[in-house]
Amino acid sequence: MIELNAIYVIVMRELKKFFRERSRLVSAIARPLIWLFMVGAGLSRIVSPQAGMSYTQFIFPGILGMTILFSSIFSSISIIWDKEFGFLKEILVAPVRRSSIVIGKALSGTAVSTIQAVIVLLLFPVIGIKLTLVQVITTVIVCMAVAFSISSFGIVLATFYESYESFSVIMNFIIMPMFFLSGAMYPVKVLPLPLKYASAVNPLTYGVDALKNTVFRIEAGPMSPDFSLGFDLLIILLSSAFFVGLASRFFERKG
Amino acid sequence: MPVITVEKLVKKFGALTAVDDISFDVEEGSIFGFLGPNGAGKTTTINILCTLLNPSSGRASVNGYDCVSEPRMVRKSIGIVFQDTTLDKDLTAFENLAFHAYLYGVKRNEIKGRAEEALKFMGLYERKDDLVKKFSGGMKRRLEVARGLIHKPKVLFLDEPTLGLDPQSRAHLWGMIVELPKKHDMTIFMTTHYMEEAEVCRRLAIIDHGKIIAEGSPEELKKTVGGDVIFIRTTDNEKAGVEVEKEFGMKPGEKDGELYITVAKGESCIPALIGALSGMVVSVRLERPTLNDVFLKLTGKEIRRESAHNTDSIKEEVRAWRRKH
Repeated sequence: MIELNAIYVIVMRELKKFFRERSRLVSAIARPLIWLFMVGAGLSRIVSPQAGMSYTQFIFPGILGMTILFSSIFSSISIIWDKEFGFLKEILVAPVRRSSIVIGKALSGTAVSTIQAVIVLLLFPVIGIKLTLVQVITTVIVCMAVAFSISSFGIVLATFYESYESFSVIMNFIIMPMFFLSGAMYPVKVLPLPLKYASAVNPLTYGVDALKNTVFRIEAGPMSPDFSLGFDLLIILLSSAFFVGLASRFFERKG
Repeated sequence: MPVITVEKLVKKFGALTAVDDISFDVEEGSIFGFLGPNGAGKTTTINILCTLLNPSSGRASVNGYDCVSEPRMVRKSIGIVFQDTTLDKDLTAFENLAFHAYLYGVKRNEIKGRAEEALKFMGLYERKDDLVKKFSGGMKRRLEVARGLIHKPKVLFLDEPTLGLDPQSRAHLWGMIVELPKKHDMTIFMTTHYMEEAEVCRRLAIIDHGKIIAEGSPEELKKTVGGDVIFIRTTDNEKAGVEVEKEFGMKPGEKDGELYITVAKGESCIPALIGALSGMVVSVRLERPTLNDVFLKLTGKEIRRESAHNTDSIKEEVRAWRRKH
């Protein structure tokens, strides 16, 4: 019971802070819109439609993935802030399991990411995609799963850093490559072999692929998903469990 | 019965020995003080007792639970006010307390009541819905003490609770802290480098360079430096000196035009002294040994003189060690 209370209150803290900081919400929504309507609109002119689908439509699942990637990682690496401002100590001296703290943090990231992803998802009619209600619901569920795995990955990341100065390192060397090698902007199929390997170990790849599975109905061609939805979800599930376990181990570690 | 037991505790960070073979007990319901300069090993000891650090060797237990093998039971038994603020500045005072209460498994229907009670006790009730970032240093510290009380711990750790506060906030907070053992039925383990604060402790351990160099009640410790000093200003120091030697069997010293003698109980010697020097006394004052004198005698240095630079370099050393591991 105390463990559930701990998870609950960690998530509530994140949500309270999220809704209190309007600017965070606004910029979180602005980023995917810029990609979708500026980058997407520009590249649509030189990338010809495939199987009746425009480039902007093609990147839509990838933009959902990007929304989740940024907000989940930002949410998780707020742990570094908590380290710097001491609040993490308050959490670590509490009589709760380290895994509950990690799960609470991962669910915090899941909650704020899913809210943002849903806002972006609801733009589907604007770019000419048709989704049934069932598709919308399954997409939201997939978003939650992807957000959980990326958030737990972010927590593992946060355990390595002591101060926020490392933020640009994380941004340039982790977040951006994860985004570009996830199949969000171009299919993984068309990548050179070394990058294909890199994208195979990128947890976001399976998230973006799962979202392509729920948003598109195309079976073949360069823009089709690479794996089945079942396989994607299996990988997402396994990687989540792995990251949560790893992060809990790291939190357990003492000097 | 001791509520904290520490035996031969050692903590090393690489080549630095932060805590060097210390042992002590803390009696239940008392205020126990750890007195020493910055960087002496006080915070490291607290971190071991509150299970944030594992010792290199030795044993520590709190409320009967071992700090290494039963960390969760230890954590359940304690409340802590760290040296640096550990509040969430983007939450209100009440929200910070509620967060804490949930983490410590306080029943949901009791959280509001307990939080409000703690806020009232620390004089923060009127500000309960303000964001912590609007609080002054003194208010933040009081809020942290309030937070430490919510789950009714057996032991409350206070690491330099008044550090960095202005004199008024210090006095205010201090008045509240000394009430805690009786009102909340708890033991207080505190570290400080303020002598006045150390005076209220039932027992004190003086720590320097990771070692306990003296332990006892403040009175016992002060006795070790030799007693009270009586200073007398007279109309004729030479004549008075002879009279004092006749009466007390010792030759008084002279400093800045004043005679002085060292005796065990100053206040009871003064009447005899004035009697013996009939009519010659201009003024008399009594100086009692302070804990600072104790520290000076034991270490050859004043406790406050330790520069901030020293702490920083030790903190830096520990941080560098952490990065490597």
